[in-house]
Amino acid sequence: MSKKPIKQQAEPDTTGHVWDGIEEYNNPLPRWWLWTFYLTIFWGVLYTIAYPAWPLVNSATQGIIGTNNRTAVAAEIARFEQANAPVEAKLVAADLTEINSDPDLVNYTQNAGGAIFRTWCAQCHGSGAAGAKGYPNLLDNDWLWGGTMEDIHLTVSHGIRNTEDPDARYSEMPRFGADELLEPEQIDQVVQYVMQLSGQDHDAGLATEGATVYADNCSACHAEDGTGDRFQGAPNLTDAIWLYGGDQASLTDTVTNARFGVMPGWTGRLSEADIRAVSAWVHSRGGGE
Amino acid sequence: MNEIQDPPKLYAAREPVFPRRVSGPFRNLKWWIMAVTLGIYYLTPWIRWDRGPNLPDQAVLVDMANRRFFFFMIEIWPDEFYFIAGLLIMAGLGLFLFTSALGRVWCGYACPQTVWTDLYILVERWVEGDRNARVRLWNSKWDVRKWRLRLTKWFIWLLIGLATGGAWIFYFTDAPTLAVDLVTGNAHPIAYTTMAILTFTTFFFGGFAREQICIYACPWPRIQAAMMDEDTLVVGYRDWRGEPRGKLKAAETDTKQGDCIDCMACVNVCPMGIDIREGQQLECITCALCIDACDEVMDRIGKPRGLIGYMALKDEAAERAGGHPKNIWKHIFRPRTILYTTLWSLVGVAMIVALFIRSPIDVNVTPERNPLYVTLSDGSIRNTYTLRLRNKHPDDRPFRISISSDARLKLALEGSEALEVIVPADATLTQRLYITAPAGTSGATAERSDIRLWISDTVGNDRISADTVFNGKGQ
Repeated sequence: MSKKPIKQQAEPDTTGHVWDGIEEYNNPLPRWWLWTFYLTIFWGVLYTIAYPAWPLVNSATQGIIGTNNRTAVAAEIARFEQANAPVEAKLVAADLTEINSDPDLVNYTQNAGGAIFRTWCAQCHGSGAAGAKGYPNLLDNDWLWGGTMEDIHLTVSHGIRNTEDPDARYSEMPRFGADELLEPEQIDQVVQYVMQLSGQDHDAGLATEGATVYADNCSACHAEDGTGDRFQGAPNLTDAIWLYGGDQASLTDTVTNARFGVMPGWTGRLSEADIRAVSAWVHSRGGGE
Repeated sequence: MNEIQDPPKLYAAREPVFPRRVSGPFRNLKWWIMAVTLGIYYLTPWIRWDRGPNLPDQAVLVDMANRRFFFFMIEIWPDEFYFIAGLLIMAGLGLFLFTSALGRVWCGYACPQTVWTDLYILVERWVEGDRNARVRLWNSKWDVRKWRLRLTKWFIWLLIGLATGGAWIFYFTDAPTLAVDLVTGNAHPIAYTTMAILTFTTFFFGGFAREQICIYACPWPRIQAAMMDEDTLVVGYRDWRGEPRGKLKAAETDTKQGDCIDCMACVNVCPMGIDIREGQQLECITCALCIDACDEVMDRIGKPRGLIGYMALKDEAAERAGGHPKNIWKHIFRPRTILYTTLWSLVGVAMIVALFIRSPIDVNVTPERNPLYVTLSDGSIRNTYTLRLRNKHPDDRPFRISISSDARLKLALEGSEALEVIVPADATLTQRLYITAPAGTSGATAERSDIRLWISDTVGNDRISADTVFNGKGQ
């Protein structure tokens, strides 16, 4: 038995469209869909009146409720600055050595210090603070100018060998080769001696000669045993860490032409709270003393 | 014959629906389901559950601010969100199961849209009277009486909406505190906004939109259509028994007439405003109220029940030929539903097992990758790891960190002399860990070494491990 329509409709409502005998039923959409559509148009118009929208010649309409993303961001920044003000005041007032043992301050310096580092310091020292050739690695336990909180704070505040900050720490290695202070063979000898100091393969004969050259020319800054002098930023030559490379060619280049790494001072560019935060962050990277 | 027609109307206004009161087993079942589901919804936030001094005492609480989900004795952390995912999978499989076995049973009995609409219709009937009175009121002028009835109805609807929106926000913060704050005006604006939005949606969806939501807004009916087959139980009209329909009086003389006396009871009680006798329709939510209505009429005229009833389309041919339908359980138990039940149970069992074997302490180890390693002044190689130590106990616990594998690897914690840290109660602690391989050892020279870190809770005697790698110079 075939299914027949139970209630015979007089005439099914069709759109009147026929293709090859196939008719299209008309199932009208609910009218409230249409209203909703008009409502969204109305809402869209209101939106362009309320918010910055229509492009003009030089700018755009500003919107009557006077809000835009720039002012919202500015307000947000102001809100955070206000919220951070107490902990920043505490940070500035704290003793430098106690910053990394106060949980509140650690929480702040780990977050703010990291952000400051990645903004201002990462260009030279790398985003992970691992440095690069000529830019010290801040993660290791070797420090040119000292790795205590005070030392790091001093370095960040005033920088190294710059001409802008009179308090920047300064030292200069003579250009032994370029200025003909040492003969080339003496340079070869002292380089072999430095390689001996740092426990690398070396020519023992040249190194013995080099010891005398070292004592006469280098020991004043790098110390007689080669362990360097942090007051002058003279690197320790006996360890495994080399800022410009510890192989023969690099050492020869260093002795011949000297090195002169410069770091800007940040006092005046960063607030004291920021300087302390980034110093504490650097100190807590694993090498702090 | 080319006559010019008016263009067809593309939009249609809603036809008002005035469901009549009905009584019967399905209506009773729906009352029970309404009472239970609404009871659970409104009362659950008020159940207390003591978890000690550091944790909230609300039995069911979604604590967004502290990122915790509490459900009686169970506490879910964000890293355990897979439990929620598992519940959602179970809910999905459960819907597949019920839909393939019983059709749109979710729509007809348990969907919030159906339950709240049912409640709103109940209020409407209390205030304005049953179907005929409501039709008359609809057609009457807006006089004082109509205004009074309408405003009373809307006011009660609004109160229900308010309670609905209010109950929702109680799930997200301590209910008694929030209740006081709401009344005294001290609650957070988000609480009021959420409440206002849910009050409005409940009021509008339950009071005015009703079947329009099911027909035009909800995607679920279309998805369900794909899960039903000819064994699925649906509500249907046995037209081979009922047709040709005619008035009861006429049946006395006309022996050919079917059982349907065209009393329109099934149409009048339908909350979707359809005629079930026209066959299967996408509007039908299978609420079964037409069954109750028709059975009542059949009883009165002394005909057997079931002119309208649950049936499987597979039985239609047999029934038309005068046979009997298959046993209902034979429709329900078939490979498809058994498969859904099995999957559903497997997920459930897996979740329960996972719940019982999960550790109250947990760790994530993230090796520092920028740089992979640091050379120290004595030539040793150091790796840095960020540990996220989670203490799910309600009290502070000391966590001791140790390493198995190469004994020559040395551990150190940032800011701590010992290899032990106190992790506060119900909290996550981020801790930097340094592991150093002395110069020349295999750890320092190999490119990568596998290591296993052990974290032990020295109070609770729990121990967990995490595998990670140590990066060396690779020379």
